[in-house]
Amino acid sequence: MASDPPARRDRPLSPHLQVYKPQWTSVLSILHRITGVALAAGTVLLVWWLAAAASSAEYFAFVQGFMASGLGIVLLIGWAFALYYHLCNGIRHLFWDAGIGLELGPARMSGLLVVAAAAALTVLSAVIALTPQGSPA
Amino acid sequence: MSFRTPLGRVRGLGSAKDGTHHWWAQRLTAIALVPLTVWFAVSILMLAGAERAAISEWLANPVTVGLLVMLIVATFHHGQLGLQVVIEDYVHTEAWKIGLIVFVKFAALLFGGIGIVSVLKLAFAG
Repeated sequence: MASDPPARRDRPLSPHLQVYKPQWTSVLSILHRITGVALAAGTVLLVWWLAAAASSAEYFAFVQGFMASGLGIVLLIGWAFALYYHLCNGIRHLFWDAGIGLELGPARMSGLLVVAAAAALTVLSAVIALTPQGSPA
Repeated sequence: MSFRTPLGRVRGLGSAKDGTHHWWAQRLTAIALVPLTVWFAVSILMLAGAERAAISEWLANPVTVGLLVMLIVATFHHGQLGLQVVIEDYVHTEAWKIGLIVFVKFAALLFGGIGIVSVLKLAFAG
């Protein structure tokens, strides 16, 4: 509208992210946000599990059954990766907040380290959780 | 040189009128969540596929209950602070932005509350 103050007009926004080549640092940065949002949703699943345990044995068995189903296992492995990635990259962010490791080389190296650690912890967790234990699940 | 007034500088609140409080609360909860999350991941892996009785047994220890309640508080506080920033960055319609932020804050209180009550119920009633 003509009466809008100049700041309200639709002006082009900067930066135009689509003109940049994806880089380790930029891709890992947006992945931190994506895993953060995913974890917010995943935490509701965790509360569902806790509330089920606090409700009744039958309802808890139902929720445990869902967690052990194909969809449940895919969700849990996704949740585990999101958790480990956000945890490791969060530690990287805390170092940056302290002014450590902000140069290009170290930032790239720590990024590679974070992805490797998150992947390794996810595989390790899946192996531990899916290995049959003494008592039947 | 700075265009800020001396009074504005001494208050240190900036344009959001909130100073560094949001940023600081997100870092504090992040620092708390590093050890809490590691503890929780190890605990939950040991409980994978466990019977309900094993969870009651796990929650019979008050230290576990305290850590779990702290984890829930820090997680939901951290989560709603983070989601607020994501909404502020990507939702540009004022009504949707405010509405979503209010929804996220209420949902965090609700689910965090249900989580804490569940843990306490398991701890006290088994």
